Order: sequence, then structure tokens, then C-alpha cells
Amino acid sequence: MKKFSHEERHQVKITLNGEAVEGMAEPRLLLTDFLRHEIGATGTHVGCEHGICGACTILVNGKAVRSCLMLAIQADGSEIDTIEGLADKDGNFNALQQAFHENFALQCGYCTPGFLMTLSEYLKSNPDPSIEEIKIALSGNICRCTGYHEIINAAFDAAKVMRDI
Amino acid sequence: MKPPPFDYIRVETSDEAVDLLAEYGDEAKIIAGGQSLMPMLNMRLVRPQVLIDIAQTSDLRGITKKGKAIEIGATTTQADLGSWSDLSLTLPLLASAIPSIGHFQTRNRGTVCGSLCHADPSSELPACLMLLGGEVELKNKKGTRRVKADDFLIGVLTTAKQDEELAIKAIYPVAQDGAKYAFTEFHHRHGDFAVVGIAGMVVDNKIRIAVGGVADRPEVREWQSLEGSAIDDALNDFAWELRGSDDIHATAQHRRELVRHLGRQVIDNLHVQKNYELSQ
Repeated sequence: MKKFSHEERHQVKITLNGEAVEGMAEPRLLLTDFLRHEIGATGTHVGCEHGICGACTILVNGKAVRSCLMLAIQADGSEIDTIEGLADKDGNFNALQQAFHENFALQCGYCTPGFLMTLSEYLKSNPDPSIEEIKIALSGNICRCTGYHEIINAAFDAAKVMRDI
Repeated sequence: MKPPPFDYIRVETSDEAVDLLAEYGDEAKIIAGGQSLMPMLNMRLVRPQVLIDIAQTSDLRGITKKGKAIEIGATTTQADLGSWSDLSLTLPLLASAIPSIGHFQTRNRGTVCGSLCHADPSSELPACLMLLGGEVELKNKKGTRRVKADDFLIGVLTTAKQDEELAIKAIYPVAQDGAKYAFTEFHHRHGDFAVVGIAGMVVDNKIRIAVGGVADRPEVREWQSLEGSAIDDALNDFAWELRGSDDIHATAQHRRELVRHLGRQVIDNLHVQKNYELSQ
């Protein structure tokens, strides 16, 4: 058993996009805010903060989760992947990002990191999805600009490209 | 919003958790997946002094078949259960209900026991537990007790679990020989809370359905050999008896119509499954 007082900040160590990083967190600090304010990884966006919009979706140990519904302290020791880890070191887009770019699947871009991280896990578990399956997979992410069709097309195209790699 | 301040205790066994519950009582909240509790913390609807995290306990994870029941440990996620290889054979009802629980991102963390303890009247797992006549195993410092679904689910966000008790297992009875199962629900968007959700089963000629989202907990009715227009009459009576109310998601009238319509869909589905088997 280990107790963490609300009056102190505690060390949290994670592996972020393959690199070991650490920061301090009081128990109530959300994982989203830890990534943004403590680590400085501001690619993960904060939307509704109660698990509805999906903007803050990241991968924790390979699984897509909402980082606003998880405490930083719960993530101690986890492997975390965020939008910052998708492009390669030279800044070249991965297949998913490229498909979003080519299909005009973003306008303001606020929701995009959540969509990309959701699809990062989903397309691994279902590499050949139908349009209907993509719609269900993306039902937990809200976009107020695109009307979704471009996003669904991008997901479909990305799946095709990823199958051919 | 951000959660209010609390102390956080990570426990390694369920014994440690119940010791802490005995000490803190209603000042403590248990967290496992946190998919219901975290939104409530973020909106400051709950303000526990202590959060007890059971996610890393060694003795609460896993799915085991014991006799004619499937026992699901407290830290088992909805995704774990959904991808369990024996699910469609042993719990076909849950196999069809699980894809409707939230989104796959929330099922990755949300637990089966957590959903039962949260006791939202529209959620899928409590309705299935009621239909199948399952149980929840509760543990405190003195020992454990099993509570039947009908006694466990009391009302909106209210269960028979006492403050010093920890839910350690959900127990779902295995599918009966020759029985057929079906689940359907109406939601405004996939993954939203169901406006009405209906789980149904037929065994011999007995039809049984559980309706979630209308009354303040899932309610069950059972009929002997129901056919033709008698099905619609029975569903209409049930729809009125549930005494649904108007809210932002639907009117009471809309809910009654959904009970009649989805209820008929579920019962027709059960009959099709049964006739298919007879024709083989």
C-alpha cells in the first residue's frame, strides 16, 4: 500500500513516445494536464473534461483511453503514446496523418489529435474496416467543423495504405 | 473542471482496500477504471477525502468459470470481457450487449463491477445482470456476502453495497441449454447513454425481458408462451407499469413507444433464433 497526500506533489515517471520522462503531480492532477503543463507535450488537447468529446484521447500501454478520465498518478510506470509520436524524426507524417491531410479531414484541428490516437489503436485491431465500422469506432470523438465525412474517408484510406505497407 | 483535492492510496490486495474502507467509510471512494467516477470528480459531484485505487491489486483481476456461473473480478475491464474467447458461448447476451457500452476507449478502462456499482438505470451490464438473475459479491473486513441483482440494484446510482464494502466479483449465470438471448437499445448516437435498452431471453416457452432506461433501475417481466398480438399487449402493459418520465433525452411517451417497439424486436429475434434451431 502506498499513500500520496493531497498536500504534496509526487514524482510520476512515464515513457512518452519511447522516451523516459518524469514530472511532479498532486493526486488530483489529470493525466491530460500532466502531459501539457508538467511535461510540455501540448499536442494532446483538453475538450470537455468529462469523457464525452474524445479530444484528449491518447494510448496508455497501447490502448486508446481518455486522458481526462485518468489521473497522472495512475499512469506512473506506463507507456504513453501521443500525437507527438506519430510523425518520424524528420517531421514526415505517418500514413494516418497523411490520409487526414489529403482528405481535408481537419479544419480547426482541435479534435484531430484525439481522432488520430483513436484510429492508431483501432486500425491495428481492425486493419480492414468497413465504413459502418469506422463510424462506430469514431462515435466517441466529436468534431464540430468537418461534418465527419472527410474523417471517415481518411480513416478508410489510411487503413488501405497501412495494409499495403 | 478539475477534481477537488483528495489523498490517493494505491493498494495491492483487496484486504488492504477493505481495511481502508473500514477506516474511512463514506469519506473514501474506490477507483478502478474510473470511467464513471472521474467525470463525477471532474464535475465535483463527489468530493471524497481519500481515493483508493484497486487497479493494481493482485487478487481482483480475471474471468473464471465456476460451475454454472462466470465470475468476473473487480478490476476486469469491459474490453477484457468483450475479447474473452469463451464469451459468445457462455454469455451470448453480454457478447451482444458489450459493444453498446460507451465507446471502445472507455471500455478499455471501465470495469464490469464498476458499471454495476455505479448503477445508472440506462446502463447495459445491470440490465443483463437482472435478466440473468446474477449476483454481486461484496467484501468487508469481516468476510464476504453475495447479493442477488434484484436486491443489489436499488435505484438511480444506488445499490445495496455499504460504505465499508468493496464489490469484488460480478457473477453472471452461464447460458442455459436451449435458451436464446438478445439485446438491443436506442441511443441518439452510438455509445451515448441508452434512452431505452432491452435484454431478452426465451427458455422453453418462457419469455423474460429486462428494460433499462425507463424506471429508476432495470425492471424484469416474465411471461409464459406469449404469441401474436398478446406480445404487444403484454409489452404495452409493461411500458405503462414502468412509469417513465420526461427528461432532456426523451419524453415518457417516447420511452413507452420504445419499450413496445424494441421489446417486440427482441422477442421476434428470440423466436427467429428458436425456429432456426428447430429447423436444423
